[in-house]
Amino acid sequence: MANDLEAKVNQLEAQLKELQEKQPKDQLSMIVFSGDLDKVLAAFIVATGARAMDMEVKMFFTFWATPVLRDKKKVGKGKDFMSAMLSKMLPKGSTETKLSKLNMGGMGTTMLKSIMKKKGISSLESLIETAGELGVEIAICQMSMDLMGFKKDEMIDYPNLSYVGVGTYLSDAEESKIQLFI
Amino acid sequence: MTVEELKSLKSDKLVDARGTACPGPLLAAKKAIGDIQPGQIMEVLSADEGTKSDLSKWSKKQGYEYLGSIDEDGMYRLFLKK
Repeated sequence: MANDLEAKVNQLEAQLKELQEKQPKDQLSMIVFSGDLDKVLAAFIVATGARAMDMEVKMFFTFWATPVLRDKKKVGKGKDFMSAMLSKMLPKGSTETKLSKLNMGGMGTTMLKSIMKKKGISSLESLIETAGELGVEIAICQMSMDLMGFKKDEMIDYPNLSYVGVGTYLSDAEESKIQLFI
Repeated sequence: MTVEELKSLKSDKLVDARGTACPGPLLAAKKAIGDIQPGQIMEVLSADEGTKSDLSKWSKKQGYEYLGSIDEDGMYRLFLKK
């Protein structure tokens, strides 16, 4: 009888442990795909807000969002002709991003930025800096880097930056309570 | 708490987040909450009405007691107890 009980308790404990391990963490995983100013702004507002809520935050930058993390002042060395061309055509960093709507040849974007400033809304640049200070992790899709011909030495200085593949995103997302695609 | 009760509260810490927009007030609250002891009261000033809902949910998540808010001309005074 006592043996039976002990076996049952052990079994239950093992099951409980298994369940606890499967429980998603207080974590937010985000794919940032868009390079539009408005969408990237939204991504960083959610990311910094989540840190205020004490959630772990992991952002996975891919495709059009990749050039947002280029540093305007840096030059990627050793590019072939096609990569160099593409690099010229794509935005160089957050300041060159445009609105997805009402851009009107850049006029709309300039207008929105001035309204944001007037209303005390953080610029994308300052949100990225805040995200770094708050410990938001950014992972950049290595395939997008290769596709667009970007070099690591032209990307922004960010405290928590890594270059990964989709497997890393998936394994982070699997452990997260919230997953977003922006 | 009623507005009258809130008005008579004496806060131990005042956080002025009026110059910031979402999620600025939350970040300011998070930064300042370490300065007070459990049981003490923090007052957050915000110009953003969304902070009323945000700070109440934030308090709940962090295990603090959200006491309520006072609407004043163009700003909100929000109170919580650590």
